[in-house]
Amino acid sequence: MSALAQPLAANLVQSVDWLAIAPPTLTAVVGLIVLVADLFVPEARKPLLGWVSVAGLAAAALLLLPLLDHDRSTFCLTGTTRACSYTADRFTLVVQFLVLGGALLTALLSVTTLKDGNRRYPQGEFWFLLLSSAAGAALLPASRDLATLIVALEVASLPAFALVGIRHGDKRSSEAALKFFLSSVTATAVSLMGVSFVYATTGSLYLTQVADRIQHVDGQLHTLAQTGVVLTLVGFAFKTAAVPFHFWVPDTYVGAPLPIAAYLSVVGKAVGFSGLILVTVVAFPSYADVWGPALAALAALTMSVGNVAALRQQATRAYSAVRLLAWSSVGQAGYLLVPIAAAGYTEDAQKAVGSTVAYALMYAAVNLGAFAVAAVVARTARLNRISDYRGLYARNPLTALLLTFFLLCLAGLPPGIIGLFAKVTVFSTAVDAGLGWLAVVMAVNVVIALYYYLQWTALLFRAPEGEPARHRLPAPLTAALALTGTLGVVLSGAPQLVLRFAATGLF
Amino acid sequence: MIDISESVMQFLLALIVVGPLLGAVAALLPAPPGLKGKSPEQAVLRHGVTVTGAILIAAIVLALGFDQDHPSRMQATTDISWIPALDVRIHLGIDGISLPLVVLTALLTFLCALYSYFNPPAGPSPKAFVALILVLESGTLASFAVLDLLLFFLAFETVLIPMYFLIARWGGAGRTRAAWKFILFTLLGSVVMLLGLLLIGIKAGTFDMVALATDNGRSLTTSVQVIAVLAIGIGLAVKTPMWPLHSWLPDAHTAAPTVGSVLLAGVMLKMGTYGFVRILLPVAPDGFRTFAPYLAAFAVVGIIYGSLACLNLAKRGAKGDLKRLIAYSSVGHMGFVLLGIATMTPTGVNGALFANIAHGLITGLLFFLVGGLKDRTGTTDLDTLAEETGAALYGKAPRLGGLLAFAAVASLGLPGLAGFWGEMLALFGAFKPAAGLSRPAFLTFMAIAAFGTLLTAAYMLAVVRRVCMGAVPQDTPELADVRTYEFAAWTPLVALTVVAGLWPKALLGLTDPAVQQLLAGGTR
Repeated sequence: MSALAQPLAANLVQSVDWLAIAPPTLTAVVGLIVLVADLFVPEARKPLLGWVSVAGLAAAALLLLPLLDHDRSTFCLTGTTRACSYTADRFTLVVQFLVLGGALLTALLSVTTLKDGNRRYPQGEFWFLLLSSAAGAALLPASRDLATLIVALEVASLPAFALVGIRHGDKRSSEAALKFFLSSVTATAVSLMGVSFVYATTGSLYLTQVADRIQHVDGQLHTLAQTGVVLTLVGFAFKTAAVPFHFWVPDTYVGAPLPIAAYLSVVGKAVGFSGLILVTVVAFPSYADVWGPALAALAALTMSVGNVAALRQQATRAYSAVRLLAWSSVGQAGYLLVPIAAAGYTEDAQKAVGSTVAYALMYAAVNLGAFAVAAVVARTARLNRISDYRGLYARNPLTALLLTFFLLCLAGLPPGIIGLFAKVTVFSTAVDAGLGWLAVVMAVNVVIALYYYLQWTALLFRAPEGEPARHRLPAPLTAALALTGTLGVVLSGAPQLVLRFAATGLF
Repeated sequence: MIDISESVMQFLLALIVVGPLLGAVAALLPAPPGLKGKSPEQAVLRHGVTVTGAILIAAIVLALGFDQDHPSRMQATTDISWIPALDVRIHLGIDGISLPLVVLTALLTFLCALYSYFNPPAGPSPKAFVALILVLESGTLASFAVLDLLLFFLAFETVLIPMYFLIARWGGAGRTRAAWKFILFTLLGSVVMLLGLLLIGIKAGTFDMVALATDNGRSLTTSVQVIAVLAIGIGLAVKTPMWPLHSWLPDAHTAAPTVGSVLLAGVMLKMGTYGFVRILLPVAPDGFRTFAPYLAAFAVVGIIYGSLACLNLAKRGAKGDLKRLIAYSSVGHMGFVLLGIATMTPTGVNGALFANIAHGLITGLLFFLVGGLKDRTGTTDLDTLAEETGAALYGKAPRLGGLLAFAAVASLGLPGLAGFWGEMLALFGAFKPAAGLSRPAFLTFMAIAAFGTLLTAAYMLAVVRRVCMGAVPQDTPELADVRTYEFAAWTPLVALTVVAGLWPKALLGLTDPAVQQLLAGGTR
């Protein structure tokens, strides 16, 4: 038996490259540890759970370092054809860094929110859910088959619904969670149907094999394959908050705890666009004539609707600051889609999607920074209206200057140099791909966006109403502000650090 | 003139661009011990004077060290890679075209800082004011010194935020609207310009202006050139401003504080015309040739339109605002600059560059004078000033009146003063435009533009009559005449206006070789 069985066993038993899957795995494991530890930790010590989670996320991010030297794959098909379910290449590592870094900053913001929340939040569950969602988001860019992709999408999303509605006795919070849940589940179901169509036509779930076989689909099945491609995109477009899948965004952001809104705006988007990139560029490159124009239209629509809605926000309305950030994140999602759409028109699709990754890195740093300032202001002004930011410079000059910097980065004007050049790379992919009309639409949107960003900025420097009340910043918030601020400033001096992803292939 | 080693020149040019930025950061920090001055306000305003003064000295040394025998050669060049992913290089350098603009910018900013030191702007803390002025200076100087398209765009954008805040925080009536109009117009223009710059960069494979100019559009197809010139031209035309994209300018000038108006008219408008000469003419000559007649036509309409608007504002009972009038006169003057560029001849382009500098000197002076007048009388409204007979500035404050009359006469292009040569050369250029351009069309433009000079003379003289002349009523209080610091801030402008008028070769000798080479294709 031994002579025959040994190669057979070797065929059946996959060897797992534990180092490659370490970052998402560690995140999930720390999540479980926190959940269990919550049962044994006395109430007074609960903040410890938060710091364990922060440490866990930092450790997971550090585990990316040993993976830098070369690409690794694991969970591979054994046999003649080589196809793997999990790949840690440059694209994966960059997006995992973005996800874990974003989750780390969210955790820093959450420590203060939970402390101020006076037991309105169940701590153990909060950290468990956050870490699970982060683990799913970190798994997603590494997935190289459609099943893992959908599973990762669900792992990233399901805890997020609970996080949105986690505040005890808050009607708005649970309503937002329900809205988010119902619309998201529908989108995922549609995606799943698309995947099944693709599987039906190609007989494989591995992205590389799908890419290979979908070119030779039987003529009768051609429509089925096309439908499958489009439907698969829907679930990811939903997570990116692309119009018309965006309607959940403002209410969800307002209803969710502030750090979770920040998390959704950055990590949620990362999940969406990395899935889109994998599906379009890796799985369906031969259907570029289908998804290219579709994404281009989606991008134009998304940025226009997002920016116009953000423009219409009234400064005195309750939660208008978060609402504005929510709508502006929809607008920014439009910019993120532009290079992916351009990838459908150029020969060098990898280079184009690199611009999305570079832009997302910039966006993650400055948007989380803006949310961190919003968290600072929310401590004294619970309604978090834009008009509450009036005179912030007099109360807290450094925070005001940082918010100015973050908003101008988002707007893409100096001194936010990194924001400017990130926009330039996005523009250049559009021009390079011959999508002149999309570039012009984006140009108009940049001007619209400047209006509301600058209006907010100008408000910071107005004379404050009433006596400026100073208060000390809690350490975790200071850390988050320092981290994002330093990142933004360093990147503005050396934009190459993130823009290099726009110049080379990532896969 | 004097021999300065190349590395020192490089350092000076880099200092001119970066120095004001560092100064701006320093202005926001608390003053170090020993430099605290009488009050924090005084200390920071003095800081502004020191930094801009140092930059002016650096610019003058740079001008002295400039090899005037080879003004067409890029000098004091630095070329470092910055963002390889986008192929952006920190490429700095000056030639005969940019050097005068660099010196003009440094001079005007220094004079503004000096003026503000003695006459602090009304509004919030001067700390931010000084920081914004310095950022503005850095952005303007950078746009004249950089030789990379994307860096030029960056410099072009850098001035937007400071100018917005200068108008919105320290401005007069209607400042919020004016500031918005300014920034939205300019940004829309410059984003469209970015698309054109990217198109050129992607199709030609480089963003380097020197390489692109040497290539002279040979690696760009005509259709690419046409689209790029249209896109870039719109962005630059908004900034210049060219009729009909000028409508932000009068509002911005009327609302801006004196210093803001001086810098806006004196140096920021030049960024637009400089872009036409530095980028469009050499990089996309075929595309430019397509649009040259239209550009000239718009320029000529601008000349007439600006003059008619001014005539209308200068009328009795029209409630004309002096600042607004000067802003409209800027539209007319910049029309001459654009006409000169549109001829695509060395004569026309030299005239355009000369008129650029002259406009910076004269209009800067005019805005200073009107600002001084506003400080004394509290208004810039012509009807309020002139009342029934005229403001009688000659009688009330003879030196101020004399200076105003001088600036007005210089602005209308009196031979012997700076305003004359630029407009004349631009007209000469239009008399014989470059090959491939329709001569009859340009002759018509020339005739109309020449008529525009008459209109300019008409409204300028009307202003002088209504503001400077008139009977001095016996019981009115004396107006303070020109103060010492005002003399200090204004004399350099007066002197340079006379020098440029009497000795145009000093400037033309610098620009002409560079222009010849740009038009022939290539900068060394």
